[in-house]
Amino acid sequence: MAAVLTATDALPRELTPAQRALRRLARRRGAMVGLGCVVFFVLLALFAPWVAPHDPLATSWSAVRQAPSAHYLFGTDEIGRDVLSRVIWGTRASLLAGLVSVCISLALGVPVGLAAGYLGGWVDALISRITDAMLACPFLILAIALAAFLGPSLTNAMIAIGISATPIFVRLTRAQVLAVKVEDYVEAARAVGNSHLRIALRHILPNVVAPLIVQATLAIAAAVIAEASLSFLGLGQQPPAPSWGSMLNTAKNYIDNAPWMSVWPGLSIFLLVLSFNLLGDGLRDAFDPRHK
Amino acid sequence: MFKFLVQRLATIIPTLFFVSILIFGLQQLLPGDPATALAGEDHDPNVIAYLRAKFHLDEPVYMRYFYWARGVLHGDLGESVRIQKPVTDLILEKLPVTVQLASMAIVIAIVFGVSAGILSAVKKDTAWDYAANVFALWGLSTPNFWLGILLIMLFAVKLGWLPASGYVSPFEDLKGNLAAMIMPAFVLGNSFAAVLMRHTRSAMLQVLSADYVRTARAKGLEERVVVLKHALRNALVPVITLGALGFGELLGGTVLTETVFSIPGFGKLIVDAVFNRDYSVVQGVVLFTATVYITLNLLADLAYFLVNPRMRG
Repeated sequence: MAAVLTATDALPRELTPAQRALRRLARRRGAMVGLGCVVFFVLLALFAPWVAPHDPLATSWSAVRQAPSAHYLFGTDEIGRDVLSRVIWGTRASLLAGLVSVCISLALGVPVGLAAGYLGGWVDALISRITDAMLACPFLILAIALAAFLGPSLTNAMIAIGISATPIFVRLTRAQVLAVKVEDYVEAARAVGNSHLRIALRHILPNVVAPLIVQATLAIAAAVIAEASLSFLGLGQQPPAPSWGSMLNTAKNYIDNAPWMSVWPGLSIFLLVLSFNLLGDGLRDAFDPRHK
Repeated sequence: MFKFLVQRLATIIPTLFFVSILIFGLQQLLPGDPATALAGEDHDPNVIAYLRAKFHLDEPVYMRYFYWARGVLHGDLGESVRIQKPVTDLILEKLPVTVQLASMAIVIAIVFGVSAGILSAVKKDTAWDYAANVFALWGLSTPNFWLGILLIMLFAVKLGWLPASGYVSPFEDLKGNLAAMIMPAFVLGNSFAAVLMRHTRSAMLQVLSADYVRTARAKGLEERVVVLKHALRNALVPVITLGALGFGELLGGTVLTETVFSIPGFGKLIVDAVFNRDYSVVQGVVLFTATVYITLNLLADLAYFLVNPRMRG
């Protein structure tokens, strides 16, 4: 990216493609609403100890399954814990899982995809077959199996989700690298005598970043749902620590007499996932104006 | 045609090989001694000794893979530690339930997803298009276990129209079976409908601007005929291929849907196996889904090949 920035300095009036894309993004109302919601959830997660009105773990036998009221805005759960406070603290598990697992996927998928696309030959053939094999196992089922064998915990759920989502990034990076490596500037970089590593990292990688950002944003949405799913099944965040998925798991036993227990955590998952989807769609349209 | 078939089949073999390595490798993730872990919580020394011999745990990894793969190729996916039943039998027993659920979900997804996709492409940039896009975003962003809970709340608890959970065999009581399956099928089909809507919309938009569609319009054909007969037929080709890719997520979705609605299918099998530490069942289910997925994608490719004359040449 350093090279791009120097070019901007030399021509102050001309916008870089990245800046143009950001301007297009800013004009998309859906994407901005999504971004706003994401920022809201991030702040909620960071300031959970100050925002939450009650201790998320404090039980109260005198306040079991109370309907929403002025004291407990979202009601209380089966052992008298404040649902609002647990939803606020649960933001941490969901956001953390979304971000960490996508970072794992990127850290594994991008170098491998880059190697496959750039080196070609048997390296590509081998990597592509392994990717096919991983893609053949449905994402959630693979994540469940990995989490089951690794043992139930939030960390293992993030590892499981990250590994399961890796093949998408391998495939995307590889396809982008194949398209970029035949460009003239790559040829020029090679002619000047740059090493393969330098060409791959300095000349190819920066040019495949845009679709990766789009995919990563959409993958966070999928990872948040996946973490909630694993927690719902009991394979993610372990009780009593709050997470939206495990709250729903308990709540499903009280559908008839405490519906508020299921409404709020589910709504939070929906809103967070929707925000990342809106942002991802907006980014895709902004980076690729031909789309849509 | 023959060459294409052979080439396509040839790519499956290495894929299946790596799938088998991946699934066999899962076992190696178990912390500590696999025999102790596989034996469950009882740590019965007899069971451990039996498992050690059975899984050839004293032999090197590649030999163990060889024994395991040989069994798989003979249709032996191992035995459930808990239920003392061959995994293959367990899978075949639960399969019909999931097949029914998934088929109903696919029908629902096609009806809603493809129609919404056509509508939004034909009425691009209108309120219809906007509404269809909102519908797709909703479908992609709703966790299906939450949707399941909400539907139970409304249709079972509040209105009392449908049973909250459970399963009845269609051979015993067809009406009861459909009543029990309609909510789960809708929940499962919801996100798949969204995926199909997006694919149909973009395929239709591409096709609707093609020359032959303009010709069809120019010769005075009714718009309905142009859209449904000329455009849709071609637009559906990529939708079928991409739809087959999305089928994997549908299979993943059955796990949650069956858990929420207590349906004794394939998805429930893997969840129960996870909690019973019945690892050979988990491996068997993953291997089976992967094989189904690979086969379906092969069939989709063949269908694509058959409906597209340009590919045959």
